[in-house]
Amino acid sequence: MNRPEAIAIGCSMGGFDALKILLAALDPRLPQVVLVCCHTAGNVEAMCELLASHSTLPVVEARERGPASGNTVHVAPGGYHLLLEHDRHFALSVDERVCFSRPSIDVLFESAADVYHAALIGVVLTGANRDGADGLVQIRSRGGIAVIQTPTSAKAAAMPQAALDTAGTDYCLPLEEIAPLLNRLCLT
Amino acid sequence: MSTPPPDTELEQLELDLFVEALKRRHGHDFSQYARASLMRRVRQLVHDHHCSSISALTAQLLHEPDFVIQVVQGLSVPVSEMFRDPAVFRALREQVLPILASYPQINIWQAGCAHGQEAYSLAILLEEEGLYERSHIFATDFNPDALQRAREGIYPAKDAQQWSRNYLEAGGSLSLASYYSARYDFIRLHERLRRNITFANHNLVVDKVFCEAHLVLCRNVLIYFSNPLQNRTLTLFRDSLVRGGHLCLGLRETLDFAPVAVDFTAVDPKLRLYRRSSQPTSGNRDESP
Ligand SMILES: C[S@@+](CC[C@H](N)C(=O)[O-])C[C@H]1O[C@@H](n2cnc3c(N)ncnc32)[C@H](O)[C@@H]1O
Repeated sequence: MNRPEAIAIGCSMGGFDALKILLAALDPRLPQVVLVCCHTAGNVEAMCELLASHSTLPVVEARERGPASGNTVHVAPGGYHLLLEHDRHFALSVDERVCFSRPSIDVLFESAADVYHAALIGVVLTGANRDGADGLVQIRSRGGIAVIQTPTSAKAAAMPQAALDTAGTDYCLPLEEIAPLLNRLCLT
Repeated sequence: MSTPPPDTELEQLELDLFVEALKRRHGHDFSQYARASLMRRVRQLVHDHHCSSISALTAQLLHEPDFVIQVVQGLSVPVSEMFRDPAVFRALREQVLPILASYPQINIWQAGCAHGQEAYSLAILLEEEGLYERSHIFATDFNPDALQRAREGIYPAKDAQQWSRNYLEAGGSLSLASYYSARYDFIRLHERLRRNITFANHNLVVDKVFCEAHLVLCRNVLIYFSNPLQNRTLTLFRDSLVRGGHLCLGLRETLDFAPVAVDFTAVDPKLRLYRRSSQPTSGNRDESP
């Protein structure tokens, strides 16, 4: 199995608190690109700063045309879909909302799957809609790995449940166990 | 679940052939658009038109003469709002219009106008600052259907609430409702607002400079372009702008990868507000001989 090159994480309602916990437990040596799409009405730049104070890796807002660099968490800016180009640079779009959301997890997952194929881990955390489910199908269909937070352990169960029902999964774990799993998958 | 992995390389090849067909058969050149978004739009077309693959879509494009209209509509993304990013429109009102006021005739080029939301927003700003009588807004797009809707100025009433808030945040002193009449589920902007707007078809990929502009507003259009096409289009804007003329881009767009950026100076980098420098320009003007 190829070693993953990127981790794409999607979350919605309750996502900020979940990210704080997850990012705090990632191994600081992870060489992977970490992509985050978190639905929030708030200011994403401020969110990045707050997350950075918990995270073991640097947390930045993904920059249009900028490189998707490793060992860094890149967060989708508010109001735009985040996509990846084959040369591993970011692109943004203001296409229609998907699942009432822009940025949409489905859009990020699908475009990351196009670029990283099997070398991608998709993670669906807490949320109250069904964004991410179709994207996770795309990740799995290209041989990537799916990780879903157990719905009962999530602040909002709908999103992980929809992902489970639609895409199935390789791992279904409580939040606290997800970072250790990612560390294991990414460093060994 | 045992769907075979989609052959991504094959799909990329199909996309290339689709783009080639669109260009050679219909003269629409999308070869320099950013690939990831383009792929997404094309997959959407495949889905919406019940095609089995991109190749099937290409076949339809080649053999059904009128299909291209729907394809271009599907590739264009006429998604917009009135006074989207209110802070930008506030800055235009408070910082840019006072400078434009010194010109006897004010030309504004609003490129990628979608359904006209930003063009009408500008018209309202100019009206309220007492400049509209001597202003002209050239609002352009390459999507004929979007332009037709822009001319009509009719929008879903459900959007009006958000737009009214945007308008107030942008420093509006009245109520947005004083510029439209509401009918059932729709609002219709007052025809008066359109008196100094020309909605025209202009394709940023192939068409040239057509006016001397004091302000170019082109937000969330260049995000769909590759770096070379972004640079080419910015060169077009530079050549259209008078020296010292303003350029306003989308809130998350970067000039970092565009060589022509040296010909612009930032006025408010956070709001993506720039001016064409007053020094002579770096490179050649538009390629035309
Ligand atoms: C997402 S909208 C932006 C609308 C508005 N400026 C805003 O930010 O709210 C992008 C628009 O650019 C137009 N566009 C895309 N490619 C173009 C081209 N080559 N020439 C002219 N317009 C183009 C599309 O038709 C669409 O209406």
